[in-house]
Amino acid sequence: MAIALTESAEPPGQAPDLEPEISGRSPWALAGRRLWRNRIAMAALVLFLLIIAVSFAAPLYAHDIAKVNAFANNLSGTTIIHGHRVPLLQQGGGLLKLGETPIGPTWDISNYFLGADQQGRDVMARVLYGGRSSLEIGIGSAVFCCVIATVIALIAGYFGGIIDAALSRLMDIIWAFPVYLLAISISTVLLTTSNGLSIGPLHLVATSLWLPTLIIAFIYLPYVYRPIRGHVLSVSEKEFVQAGIAQGASDVRLIFSDILPNIVSVVIVLLPLMIATTILTESALSFLSIGVQPPNASWGTIISDGQDLLYTRPWVAIAPGIMIVLTVLALNVLGDGVRDALDPRAKLRADAVDRARALRHHGARVCDLLQDARHRPGQADRGSQPEPADPGRDTPPVRSRPPVPRPVRPDDEEDLHQP
Amino acid sequence: MIPIPAKSDTPDIPGRPTHDIGVARRDCPPARSGGRKALRRLGAATLTAGALVAAGCGSSGSPSPGSSSAAAGHTGGTYTILANSAFGVADLAQNYTLEEWQLAIDTHDGLVQFKRVGGTAGTQIVPDLAASIPTPTAGGKTYVFHIRKGIKFSNGQVMKPSDFVTTFERQFTVPGPTTFYSGIVGASKCGNAAKTGKCDLSQGVVADDTNYTLTIHLTAADPEFLDKLALPFAYVVPASTSMKLTGNNVPPGTGPYLWQSYNPNKEAVLVRNKYFHVWNAEAQPAGYPDKIVEKYGQTVSDEVTAVQNGQADEVFDGDVIPADRLNELNGAQYAKQVHVNPLTADWYFAFNTKQPPFNNLKARQAANFAADRNAYVKIGGGPSLAVPTCQVLPPNFPGYKPYCPYTAGSDTTKWTGPDLAKAKALVKASGTAGMKVVVNTDIPDKALGEQMVSDLNKIGYKASLQALAGSIQYPFVQNSNNSKKWNIAWSAWYQDYPAPSDFLNVLLGCGSIHPGSDASPNIAAFCDKSIQAQMDKAEQLSVTDPTAANAIWAQVDHAMTDQAPWVDLYNPKQIDFLSSRVHGYQWNPQWYILIDQQWLSK
Repeated sequence: MAIALTESAEPPGQAPDLEPEISGRSPWALAGRRLWRNRIAMAALVLFLLIIAVSFAAPLYAHDIAKVNAFANNLSGTTIIHGHRVPLLQQGGGLLKLGETPIGPTWDISNYFLGADQQGRDVMARVLYGGRSSLEIGIGSAVFCCVIATVIALIAGYFGGIIDAALSRLMDIIWAFPVYLLAISISTVLLTTSNGLSIGPLHLVATSLWLPTLIIAFIYLPYVYRPIRGHVLSVSEKEFVQAGIAQGASDVRLIFSDILPNIVSVVIVLLPLMIATTILTESALSFLSIGVQPPNASWGTIISDGQDLLYTRPWVAIAPGIMIVLTVLALNVLGDGVRDALDPRAKLRADAVDRARALRHHGARVCDLLQDARHRPGQADRGSQPEPADPGRDTPPVRSRPPVPRPVRPDDEEDLHQP
Repeated sequence: MIPIPAKSDTPDIPGRPTHDIGVARRDCPPARSGGRKALRRLGAATLTAGALVAAGCGSSGSPSPGSSSAAAGHTGGTYTILANSAFGVADLAQNYTLEEWQLAIDTHDGLVQFKRVGGTAGTQIVPDLAASIPTPTAGGKTYVFHIRKGIKFSNGQVMKPSDFVTTFERQFTVPGPTTFYSGIVGASKCGNAAKTGKCDLSQGVVADDTNYTLTIHLTAADPEFLDKLALPFAYVVPASTSMKLTGNNVPPGTGPYLWQSYNPNKEAVLVRNKYFHVWNAEAQPAGYPDKIVEKYGQTVSDEVTAVQNGQADEVFDGDVIPADRLNELNGAQYAKQVHVNPLTADWYFAFNTKQPPFNNLKARQAANFAADRNAYVKIGGGPSLAVPTCQVLPPNFPGYKPYCPYTAGSDTTKWTGPDLAKAKALVKASGTAGMKVVVNTDIPDKALGEQMVSDLNKIGYKASLQALAGSIQYPFVQNSNNSKKWNIAWSAWYQDYPAPSDFLNVLLGCGSIHPGSDASPNIAAFCDKSIQAQMDKAEQLSVTDPTAANAIWAQVDHAMTDQAPWVDLYNPKQIDFLSSRVHGYQWNPQWYILIDQQWLSK
């Protein structure tokens, strides 16, 4: 008691002033902190930024270091290697002297580091320029896709009814086509004819990077639209939205001030994964000569150029291939990190599913485990339970999700949360 | 001629766009004569000098075995060809590819035939199902053929003169891809034959099954008519053959082999025709292998590997061997298996002579002086596979006399280098400096287009590239409705048969301009009345005095070159790669490799 008396000896009325001040943290700050703590995701982010930096430094490299024009043929050109002037393309030897072979890598950063291609152009410079094109198209199309899909999803999900039905069916029509079939069809029409694309006063020629950007954004619209629309439907039923309606808030206000902020985290989670997907798509189309058109280069076109040199000059194809692998890997890892940061419960679900699958593989009772996962704190009573301090600490590494978000089923939508 | 349509547009692999001979002729729109790209594959090259170029290459002029040699102990075995893709519809009335023609000459016969030997003699027309080559009468408008008796189709049916009536009528009911036979009397009324399935050529092709004669009446003399009769379109099929397209079923023929099967997704198989006997070994000798198989679907690189390993005998000579595999073929161990032959073909850029800046002669000449043909040759596989040229007619062709006014230096018989100073002066004089220029190519040949962009930019134009899908580009540049969308367009042409008119008149004659049509082979839309008069004169003279006619053609060729409707780039060469067990290689200027005249080690 003495102790108690001592501790309570302070004058009444001063106690509240001594209580520590509790400052709230925004969901974004929490997410940022989680992301910052995820070392693998941060490493992926650094790698991605590095790739962006070197790619956008392509003109500097070409003009100031290699001193080459990466887009002009240089078939009759020469360079100096080990003090000897050699032609960039060397005629075949032997009896028949068939073919012309470009020089291989010199590993000299200022002099055809990765060698030349069949048109005598510096492969290193083209890989950097190609990265710029691939990243511009990849990021641009992913952003376009996410923005447009979000707007459509907001309209469809909020207004519902016939508007929702019409927009959703439109998306279903796009979705009905296999992605690459649709991309190849549109690209063939727009990029390999003389027409280009004309929309009102806007005319895009076939060589414009905008064309593949818009084509790729278009084909992935439904893949982004569907999960976002699910979120919009879910959020639209929340009490605060109903309260806004009761207070006479306008549709625009409700959509952009109440609903949009609550679904933007989903878009942010999707974005890096979409960028990875769109870069791959762009590379595939360019490899087929229906993506980036000459004289521009992209990683896909360079791989295509290198295809005929695989035996003698493999670096022409390998170098852009490595860049694609690193970029997509970085984006997928980063995307998973962002998802974990913004949606820790999704990670728990993913972990549970992974474990369940692993156990099923060994003959364990899958259903029980999944049931168990569904009843974890924070799952059944969303929002009311504290989330684990570090969900990843006692769970195995998260498996990368497929780059293309799968369609959201109704039961999935039940599990969606707000940041 | 044979146009060279698209290489596989699909994985538009920018393969060496060079000498890839062969493109499905079926892809070519009807043209007066063959086409350009079709020949990429086809190789109806007329190389009069057809011999091999590279030392150590097999002999193209080795003796033809004919029937007697075929029996001399070399017969037997299965000869396997690997081709990247099949040749499309197999009906001889419509197929226009070297790929099928190389097989069709072993299964079918025409009234006449190109002599089945290697070397320059291979351009000679010899009688095949006709007992002799007739002299045309009625001013060159009537041919009376005496047909050989005792010849049977591979189904056992006796071949009769009336079978030819069906054969020619099918050219209009199927219909065929060319207008080679539109000069036959009655053909003009068969315009709708493709829809109605009926065409009556009874007035133009008169068969007498009793006396075994066949009389063909033409509306006008055609000095190239016998050449056209020697093409597979005119190879006889039974009168009972459907008048409609037979698709992948090849009607019976009279040659030493018959089509056992053809599956475009898998293979074509030819086996011996038990009804065949040799009637003229110069036209249709017996073959050596018992079976000829052409398999589809591998990449060309894999084809090379298979032939290196002895798993197949030939990389189809229309398939372009990737640049990085050529190095291997340079090795001494393959010296006897690799054969290189020059083709009578042109790779060129045609100017749009109806639009500025190239409606101006000086601008066209400037581009010719600026073109770095050495660079184009490198794109074409290097000097061993392409030879720079400035003129329309290819070397070793009737009427060819070396001429190159667009070169550095004073020697105007060969190209030695670009002359940029002269080019810039001409651009300045033309008043076209700074103009925008659209350079059109197909996607597989975009490297050539990029080089042309580079060449034109060097002399003051603002050039940009327009690369179209291979299947689109050729009809696109032919159609005058697109004339304002391009200024200079890549194209290539392989001979259909050895006649200068097949290049000069077909590609640059006033009569080859068909406004609004996708089949207007004069891409440049170039028409010079005085040169046309010379060509008409040469055509007439070629019926009676080919030598004098060729002299005129030489003048026409030079006059055309001076007018610069094209930038001629180079004349390509072709590679044949065979397995070590193949012997008796012969290269015929018309059909290229003579497949069935080779025998296999046992």
